[in-house]
Amino acid sequence: MISEQVYAPFSLCNKKILVTGASSGIGRAVAIECSKNGATVILTARDKARLEQTYNSLTAGDHASYCADLTDESEVQSLAGQVPQVDGIVHCAGIMETLLFQFVKKEQLQQIMEVNFLSPVLLTQHLLEQKKLRKNSSIVFISSIAGVTCSGIGNSMYSASKGAINGIIKGMALDLAPKNIRVNSVIPGMIETGFFKEGLISESQVAEDKNRYPLKRYGKPEEVAFAAIYLLSDAAGWVTGSNLLIDGGYTLL
Amino acid sequence: MELNDFIKDFADQFDETDFSEFAAETKFRELEEWSSLTGLALLNMIKAKYKIHVTAEQLLKISTIGELFNFIQQ
Ligand SMILES: NC(=O)c1ccc[n+]([C@@H]2O[C@H](COP(=O)([O-])OP(=O)(O)OC[C@H]3O[C@@H](n4cnc5c(N)ncnc54)[C@H](OP(=O)(O)O)[C@@H]3O)[C@@H](O)[C@H]2O)c1
Repeated sequence: MISEQVYAPFSLCNKKILVTGASSGIGRAVAIECSKNGATVILTARDKARLEQTYNSLTAGDHASYCADLTDESEVQSLAGQVPQVDGIVHCAGIMETLLFQFVKKEQLQQIMEVNFLSPVLLTQHLLEQKKLRKNSSIVFISSIAGVTCSGIGNSMYSASKGAINGIIKGMALDLAPKNIRVNSVIPGMIETGFFKEGLISESQVAEDKNRYPLKRYGKPEEVAFAAIYLLSDAAGWVTGSNLLIDGGYTLL
Repeated sequence: MELNDFIKDFADQFDETDFSEFAAETKFRELEEWSSLTGLALLNMIKAKYKIHVTAEQLLKISTIGELFNFIQQ
């Protein structure tokens, strides 16, 4: 085959990649870009119609798609059972709530920890248990600068959930190194998705916030996808336990 | 929902301003202590206590405490 002779260390040819949160935003971009880079992708999220939109945007291939609520233990079990063996996972499912710390209640804290921290971690554990992660696999978490290098107003719960991811990947990276499975995260600054649809930040506040970025704009979902692709590819074969910062220079100031 | 209770909840989001400064006709953005952070605190308080989701853009169109009270009553 010609493709084997081509020099393409960043290619995802012959790799199967599971993408969570694939029905929207970053997850959708990750799925599409992975398919463009030669991967076979397996999509998952709760919303069937939006998941289908992503599926229809993939470049042709033997892709698959499964609906699942990742906070539902039995759905996670069954998802882990149904998916084929993969060479990588990109955990993109996540939620955000802008809530000043003085209003934080156990219920909201539990919900955000469940979606952003427990779900991706437990899904990974189930996949490992069911031998669904091939040797040389790469696990990528879409974390955030929030909770790892900084935080934001009303962002304490979210930061905690991402900080927890940051902690666990270090331990996972060590424990899975003997299998040559790598575990990393991408830590993006603000990305243009529908993530702030809750509307607690006004348009002028958003404009002001963008202006704080040295590169004077928010990131694009594809720009996060490219980072994930690097971590999934053989080019990152010696990269594990790291956080890849993609933030337009935000945390320099 | 009583206007007086709402005024109290509104005033609770401030630390320095004297309670006597809060009334239905108070233009809250003119209060010295007002900031975008107080704005977010108000939205969080209204959601937690009155179970109503007010957005930042909606709040921008409102100038007095009484108007905000009427808005969330609708
Ligand atoms: N946008 C940003 O500025 C930004 C910055 C840094 C990091 N991030 C992180 O990037 C990730 C993706 O964010 P985004 O901006 O792309 O958000 P988004 O557009 O709101 O997408 C979130 C995705 O998560 C899925 N999801 C949520 N709850 C789920 C559940 N219980 N079970 C299964 N899937 C669930 C949603 O799918 P369904 O609704 O179909 O289930 C959706 O596909 C998040 O982890 C976020 O924390 C985002």
